[in-house]
Amino acid sequence: MESQPPQERSEQPTKEVPHVLVMKPPPLLTLFEDKFISTKFQLLKAWESTLPLDQFLTAYAGSVRAVLCSGASPITPHIIQLLPSLQLVVTASAGTNHIDLNECRRLGIAVTNAAGVFSDDAADAAVGLLIDVLRKISAAHRFVRHRLWPATGDYPLGSKLGGKRVGIVGLGSIGSAVAKRLEAFGCTVLYNSRKPKPWAPYPFYSNVHELAVDSDALVVCCGLTAETRHMINRQVMVALGKQGIIVNVARGAIIDEKQMVECLVHGEIGGAGLDVFENEPNVPKELLELDNVVLSPHRAVFTPEGFMAACDQVVANLEAFFEHKPLLSPLIDE
Amino acid sequence: MDSQPFLAKTFPPLLVLRSPSVPPFFFFKSQLQAHFHLLDPLDSSEPTHSFLSRHAPSVLALLCVGATPISSETLSLLPSLKLVVASSAGFDHIDLQECRRRGITVTTAGQAFSEDVADFAVGLLIDVLRRMSAGDRYVRSGSWVTKGEYPLGAKLSGKRIGIVGLGRIGSEVAKRLVAFGCSIAYCSRKEKPLVPYAYHSTVDELAKKSDALILCSSLTKETHHMIDHGVMEALGKEGVIVNVGRGGLVDEKELVKFLVQGQIGGAGLDVYEDEPLVPQELFAMENVVLAPHASVYTPESSTALQELVIGNLKAFFSNEPLLSAAQLE
Repeated sequence: MESQPPQERSEQPTKEVPHVLVMKPPPLLTLFEDKFISTKFQLLKAWESTLPLDQFLTAYAGSVRAVLCSGASPITPHIIQLLPSLQLVVTASAGTNHIDLNECRRLGIAVTNAAGVFSDDAADAAVGLLIDVLRKISAAHRFVRHRLWPATGDYPLGSKLGGKRVGIVGLGSIGSAVAKRLEAFGCTVLYNSRKPKPWAPYPFYSNVHELAVDSDALVVCCGLTAETRHMINRQVMVALGKQGIIVNVARGAIIDEKQMVECLVHGEIGGAGLDVFENEPNVPKELLELDNVVLSPHRAVFTPEGFMAACDQVVANLEAFFEHKPLLSPLIDE
Repeated sequence: MDSQPFLAKTFPPLLVLRSPSVPPFFFFKSQLQAHFHLLDPLDSSEPTHSFLSRHAPSVLALLCVGATPISSETLSLLPSLKLVVASSAGFDHIDLQECRRRGITVTTAGQAFSEDVADFAVGLLIDVLRRMSAGDRYVRSGSWVTKGEYPLGAKLSGKRIGIVGLGRIGSEVAKRLVAFGCSIAYCSRKEKPLVPYAYHSTVDELAKKSDALILCSSLTKETHHMIDHGVMEALGKEGVIVNVGRGGLVDEKELVKFLVQGQIGGAGLDVYEDEPLVPQELFAMENVVLAPHASVYTPESSTALQELVIGNLKAFFSNEPLLSAAQLE
């Protein structure tokens, strides 16, 4: 072979380095592209082609064994069908609701997510939102900025954290990190999960309605599935009560947003701290007027360190796969 | 006009000193009237000086409402005074030296508030690091739709926290932040035995080794402007300051300069040098969270304060041990 000047890997893919399909760039890839450079794989960037996706996949992705996806590029049965060699789905998020897990399971396609890397940050954010709502911190900031101090008298009282019963919905790695933090504030932790966790020293509730009856606040930390969609509905919120607070750092659709807005507007629950919404970036306009809610643009759980750790984990999973080594964070059927 | 019931005259007399500007949170009149005969100069048309002089012989105890100043001048009008009951977390507004000289006991209210103040301090820290109030503003203004993603905040877990003043409030803050995976160091007048956190003898040393400073100490001559240019430089460009102590702990002008020039990472402030004045340069800053001296504002703290104040007074009048006498050094 005559000597050639070294080519950019993306310009002249060598046969030995397998492809990882990326249909749309996950936020992680956009932010940290250079972290995804590996000697074990190269990215096949579907979005850079002018071809419609289906055609691109048919033309170029026939031998692709791994795909890197995100919420913007869901793995549906249709997509899976266009990838006959697919063996691995890697998502850069903790959430997996954009992947048809049943279909993957049926076809023996492994799935890995960015489990664990966001847990501390998500827990920090969840507790931060809870403190903010209970102690009215963002509202206090507005009060000061609008020059209402001391013109309109004493600032209203918030509510103490210590002694509150906090119901954690989903006691996975994020939920248990939340629990650990809340204990330091003197909160009583309760939880609901698909099944009781043998290691958890907290009272278990088999359904979220009963959890709400006994709780002063609910912190939603579970994944979005067919079962959990709209699980937090009006009944649950009424059970939580007029002083009750909801914090959601998981997925907007776990809460029936329309019903939550009504409950908040009519004072049937006491307040909410929300990092996620059903139709981001759209937030129900009624919420924008309320003083007892804290709204976050799906950002609270993310930190640069968390993102970089997620990148590292994505790359590590892909490299392990191509080296025939065990995956680092495969989803396990519970 | 004495609006109390006849029987109240048999209650022990309690002089109440309060500035009109003190928030209502600190003055629970009806609860006090259930146990004491209140002598309140603000309820009298008589000038304060003569009111105090007239009642002085019977005044053994005085309730200092909130941050009402108690000067040596006031104390000199009360020769029979044996007890000053403070009702705020700090008591830098009371002439402690004069109290010590006269053998007047001062009781504190700090333990009534410690948990709520600590919760608030942690809330401010998370808010500043994660830009929660700023993110909330971003959403409410419609910017999430029109401008797209909001920038990432900073991680809390693993940060090195420097607690300035490891008293009751500082200890509660430390306990909470340990659960977030932070490492804790502190500075205090003296090293505390049996405390699992690293001690630094100066706040400069502490700042050098910290990512965030949480100010929990009382305001004294020594601690005034303790957080100065040097400390802020030592803390560094990513450093965060949370102040739930007293505004006077910080050289506020310097802090504003540092923040405006981006020489420090952010600040969460509940107290200011000249409340309720808040430096307006801070209003629009994304990395600053401002609260109106509200860190004690929960019904639970209010109840705890009432119980502590009334408990101390009842103990005093029954010759029983006081609940929260301050060690006046």
